Order: sequence, then C-alpha cells, then structure tokens
Amino acid sequence: MNLLYSQDEESLRDSLRALLRSRAGSPDDGFDAQVWRLLAAELGVTGLIVPEKLGGAGASLREAALVMEELGRFLTPVPYLGCAVMAVTALRVAGDTTVLSRIADGSACAALAVPFAGPGGDVRVTGGTLTGRVASVADALAADVLLVPAGDELYEVAADGPGVTRTPVVSLDVTRPLVDLTLSAAPGRSIGPAQPALGAARTAGAALLASEQLGVAEWCLDSTVEYARTRIQFGRPIGSFQAIKHRLADVWVSVTQARAVARFAAGAVSGVELDGAEPRLAAALAQAHCGPVAVRAAEECVQLHGGIGFTWEHPAHLYLKRAKTTSVALGTAAAHRGELAGLLGLTPAGTP
Amino acid sequence: MTDVRELVRAFRASAPTDDPVAFLRARFDAGLAWVHYPAGLGGLGLPREQQAIVDEELAGTPSNDPRRIGIGLGMAAPTLLRHGTAAQKRRFLRPLWTGEELWCQLFSEPGAGSDLAGLATRAVRDGDGWRITGQKVWTSMAHRARWAILLARTDPDLPKHRGLTYFVCDMTAPGVDVRPLRQLTGEAEFNEVFLTDVFLPDDLRLGAVGEGWAVARTTLMNERVSIGGGALPRGGGLIGVLTALWTGRPDVRTAAAHDEMMRLWVAAEAARLTGVRARQQLAAGDPGPEGSAVKLAFAELAQRITGLELELRGADGLRHDDWTMRRGEAVDFEGRSPTYRWLRAKGTSIEGGTSEILRNIIAERVLGLPAEPRTDTTVPWRELPR
Ligand SMILES: Cc1cc2nc3c(=O)[nH]c(=O)nc-3n(C[C@H](O)[C@H](O)[C@H](O)COP(=O)(O)OP(=O)(O)OC[C@H]3O[C@@H](n4cnc5c(N)ncnc54)[C@H](O)[C@@H]3O)c2cc1C
Repeated sequence: MNLLYSQDEESLRDSLRALLRSRAGSPDDGFDAQVWRLLAAELGVTGLIVPEKLGGAGASLREAALVMEELGRFLTPVPYLGCAVMAVTALRVAGDTTVLSRIADGSACAALAVPFAGPGGDVRVTGGTLTGRVASVADALAADVLLVPAGDELYEVAADGPGVTRTPVVSLDVTRPLVDLTLSAAPGRSIGPAQPALGAARTAGAALLASEQLGVAEWCLDSTVEYARTRIQFGRPIGSFQAIKHRLADVWVSVTQARAVARFAAGAVSGVELDGAEPRLAAALAQAHCGPVAVRAAEECVQLHGGIGFTWEHPAHLYLKRAKTTSVALGTAAAHRGELAGLLGLTPAGTP
Repeated sequence: MTDVRELVRAFRASAPTDDPVAFLRARFDAGLAWVHYPAGLGGLGLPREQQAIVDEELAGTPSNDPRRIGIGLGMAAPTLLRHGTAAQKRRFLRPLWTGEELWCQLFSEPGAGSDLAGLATRAVRDGDGWRITGQKVWTSMAHRARWAILLARTDPDLPKHRGLTYFVCDMTAPGVDVRPLRQLTGEAEFNEVFLTDVFLPDDLRLGAVGEGWAVARTTLMNERVSIGGGALPRGGGLIGVLTALWTGRPDVRTAAAHDEMMRLWVAAEAARLTGVRARQQLAAGDPGPEGSAVKLAFAELAQRITGLELELRGADGLRHDDWTMRRGEAVDFEGRSPTYRWLRAKGTSIEGGTSEILRNIIAERVLGLPAEPRTDTTVPWRELPR
C-alpha cells in the first residue's frame, strides 16, 4: 500500500491551508459556521466521500484523511469528523440517498447520535416516535439531521424538530463541543439497520481520527521547535540544550511513525468493505498508536513553552485538550490494544 | 518503459544453473542485481521499487545472503556509486554484490567513536600512494573482509573535519593485522585492526584529498537506512518471536505481560510501517530523514522485546545456549537463544551511531535546532585535547 501523499492530495492540502489560515480566529464558540460553508462551497470537502451520482466528489477516505490532518493542525471548529466522515459512512452503509445529497450540496449537516466515547445511548421506539437520552454527543450542535440508533434501526430525526432537545455541556475540548440529547416522542424516519452502519462509521472514524491526531501532533512539534529556537535563557537558545533537543527528537520520531500509521489506516479503510478484519485492525492500530503520540506532543508543547505554555492566551492548551479528548473518544489506546489482541489471536492471560 | 518482469523471465530461462556464483555474476551482468543502479554496474537505472519484482521473480535462485554482505551492500556500494571513479565502480561493485568479496568498515577508533571526525589514523603521501598507520576498533567482519572502507587523517594541521581522506583499504596488504575482540555475547563479530605502514596505491582513494568527511556522510546516512530498513512482514522479526512464545505457551501468560506485549506489537508495527514509508520515499527519489527514525525505534524496540521475552520464560529464559568464543558471521536474532537476543540487542543502540547521537542529528539537521556550543571545529586537529 502506498503510504505517501499523491500530487492531488498535496494540492488539496495547499488549498485547505490557504483557506484555513485566513480563518484562524477564536474557537470559543466551538463552531465556525462561515468556514464550514466555505469548506463546502469552495472546496466541496463536506461531500468529498459522497458518491458522485449524489452530488459528492466520490473521493476515498484517503483524501478525507488529509482534510482531517489539516483541520487538526488548524484546530478548525467544524463538524467534519462527525458529519463528513462518520455520518456519511453510516448513511452510505444504510443505503440512504436523500440526506447524502443534502450533505453534498452543503444544505445539511448530519451527526450520529451516539456518545463520543463509551457505549451507546438509550433510545426507545414507541408508536413510531423516539424517546430517550444520549449523553456527550459530538458534532451535534451544528447538525440539521441526527442519525439516532434505536432498537435495531437507524432513524433520521430533524435536529430542530419537535421533541428534540440539545443541551450543550461544558466539554474539555472547546473546539469540538458535546451536547446531551433528549428525545421525547420525536418523529423519526427509519433508514436501515443500525449495527452495520454504526460499525462502519466507527471504523472509518477511528482510522481517520489518527490523521487529525497527526495534524495536532505536527502543530505541537512545529510550534515548540520554533519556540525552542528563539527563546533565550542562560545566554543561549533553549533549543541548544540537549535535554530539550533529545525530547523534541523523540517527539519527531513518534510523529514520523504516526504519519506512516495514519496513512496506512486511511488506505486500509478506503476499500469497499469496512467490516473486514484488515480495516478494523488498521483502525485499532491507528488509535493505539496515534492517540498517545498526539497527547505526548501536546504535553511536551505545554512543558517546553514554560510559563507561556500554561496561559489561556497561548493556543497550546487547545491542542492539549483536543489531543486528550481524541485519545479517549472512539476508544482509548488500551481498548484498541484489546481489540487488536482479539484480531491477532493473541489471547489474554488465563485463556487457553 | 522496460517491463522488468519479462526481462527477468527471459534471464531466468537462459541463466547458468550449474554454479551459484556463475548465476549471480550473470544476474549482475543482466542488470538485475540492483535495478536502480546504472546499466553496466548491475542495474538498469530503474526506480528502486522495481527491485521487488525482480526479487519475487528470482525467489529460490542462488542468493548472495544480504546479511553476510551487509556492510558492502548497505554502506560501501552506495558510497562507491556516488563518489567512486568509473574504474573503481567497475572493479568493486560486481564481486561486492555477488558476495565473492566481503567488506568491512574501518571507521571507529579507540579515541573516536561518536566523535568520528576526531580520528587519529594517519595517511601520509608516499610516491604514487599512501602509507597508513593507526588503530581501528569494533570492526565488524574484518576477519572475513577482502576490502574495507577506511577514513584516515591526511592533514593534522587543519580543523578535524577538513583534514580527512576516504580510502578503500586492501585487507590483504602487508601491515594489516586483525585481532578478534570478544563481545558480551561471548563471540567475536568484531575486531581490533592494527594498521602499520600499510601501502595503498592512490587509485584506492575515494573522493578528493581532504574531502573524506563529505564522503563519509554518504556512508553514514546509508548505514542508518540499511540498519533500520530491512523489509519484514507484519508481525515478523523479534515481535514474531515474542508472539509465537505467547501463542505456544499459555503457562507464561500474565495480564501485565499481555498489555506490554500489545504495546510492543503496536510499536513494532508503527516502526515497520515507517520503514515501508521510508523505502517508498527513497523509491520516489526523495530520501527524507525517516531512516534515522527507523534506526532509533528499531534499537529501542529490540531491547524491550527481548527483555520481555526473557522475563516471560522465567528460569528457562536464563539458560544461555553457548559461551564458546566463536568468530561470528552475522547477527542471528532469530536462530539463537533468548539470552543471546537480549544481549545482542544491547548493541543496536550503539552500532551505526548511538541513539544519543541520532537524537542530536535529528534535533539539529531535521528540526533545525541550534548546535551545542563547540570549541573543536575551528582549531587545528593537532591542538585538540585527546
Ligand atoms: C556491535 C557493534 C558493531 C560495530 N561495528 C563497527 C564497524 O564495523 N566499524 C566501525 O567503524 N565501528 C563499529 N562499531 C563502533 C560504533 O560505531 C561505535 O561504538 C559508536 O559510534 C560509539 O562510539 P564509542 O563506542 O566511541 O562511544 P562514545 O562516543 O565514547 O560514547 C559513549 C557514550 O556517550 C554518549 N555520547 C557521546 N557523545 C555524545 C554527545 N555529544 N551527546 C550525548 N551523548 C554522547 C554515547 O551515546 C554513548 O552513550 C560497532 C559497535 C558495535 C557495538
């Protein structure tokens, strides 16, 4: 499998950077509606993996992974993972066409109504309507459409429709806010069986989250290197002290590895089958490796920036919060190691 | 574009089958030794990734055992290709690749390891050649080698990086004395080499007089790629040894060891994929610094994996296979006892540049951080403390 970036991917990266750099603002609201519109209108990336016949670009998850990298690097507060990756994957597996077309033309944003970390919510179907609660849902604040698993089915629910309440929670990562969702007799349209759709969305999400983590880690490394080059103490740039150089060299090594792993995961989930052993293995490997790499890079970023790194003004804390959040969301590294052990037949202690 | 697969099939149909060396020579002459080398020098000037097709098509034919010829293949050949004269390339590359002539690396000295540019072995002009005198150490395979790459000082009055010249040393020349140096595994893969007034004709000089450091940097960069860059399948190599133990011995399993093993599996797979990516970059013509990352990661992993294996095996793991002093031919990570693996792995973070030096290189050359303040780069070598 080719682990390099193609020329098309590099030019997509250039366009993304140009757009995102011009929009680097305060992420405090957790959603930048204008940049989300630009991403849809100018680059069409919200519909990147939507099939062409539904108005999308028909690209693969490899290209979407590249978008994740850049959104991670700029910490852009948009629901790309939840909508353009996970919801689109779920809708494709469920066989939906209407919501997909609306995502592709930028007129709708969808989110999966599942907790960002941990097991599913608790929603029941009664008399054709949905009732229940799902806590800590990511990317739902900006959504027009909620994809709600209830019973064995996946339902389409209008996010601002009757019986739907979204309560923002104070989340660790302010650039990717969470909401608690309450449904009381909310009308829903069944669009297919829930399990395959959610499983595929989870595999794709975990695999591509690694690219976001790579972008986060790269930003942390680059900005720390830049700081270490210019910050003078004891009459020398602090970057000339070996205690600092070696730590940054180690971060570079792990980021270099994260790049190879993230590219591998993106390639592995770009085929048609997302429930096979290989995509699942690649996704679990990616989360077991890249989550901790991003956390470490962000922690070193705060530490090596000294006092400035501990302030609210400096963006390091935003990256730290994003890195830690993503290393728990969609499964911790330990959980993914457990998944890997199962896939590889490396059984735990106490089993024959 | 040349269809390599067809070329190889045509070659296979007509190649000599009676004698392995004759086969390898013919393969070299057909340009199927290393396809990315120029035509006439064992290659066809094709992209490096096409070599995989050649190797696949020629599986099962006589091999030159890349481990045995590792120093020649990984270090001497790329240096000769880049800095050698046409005559030198013609003379050395074929027997190097066929394995008829083994190579070793006469770089390190008792007083100059990490600080290689500080070396003291002298090369003095003598008519149409040079007289070499000095002592080298930790020289792997010197006892089997026909040729060596050699770095020596030609001008002690210049600062240390500028007074060096690069040679090919004839290991059969009078004055070359190779003595085994036993290592902590009990055997002797490496040696001390005493060079006493060894005469080398000037056509064994590689690159210009005084340009030895630039030539050596080519060698060192390739050394890192070749140490870290072996192509393994997923789950192969040392991690494969560990997981096979786990699968075959339910009695050694503990919960803590399971988590550590899975961490190592993930780290090994990440290192392996990084190596794959580094080779793809090389094939695409953009070598990149990934080789250093792979070498560092491999060294650390080898030590952690072999350490865990010993612990899992308990008392059985403490039985060594053989302390007999032997003249090792190559590193044997998979064939010997767990104790050998664990001990030999301690060398992986020292040979080919220590992990500390690699971190310095990454920090300075890749990340662009300032160098340590130095006092040794501008004064004449002669005046440096040693
Ligand atoms: C198995 C094996 C095979 C070898 N084969 C060969 C061979 O074939 N040919 C050959 O020429 N050489 C060979 N070597 C030698 C090897 O290249 C050197 O041992 C190595 O470069 C380290 O040099 P040194 O031993 O002099 O250690 P030193 O340079 O004295 O280092 C001692 C310690 O200090 C650290 N250190 C030194 N400088 C710094 C610094 N600036 N910052 C931080 N830490 C520093 C080192 O990392 C190390 O931990 C081999 C070594 C081994 C172990």
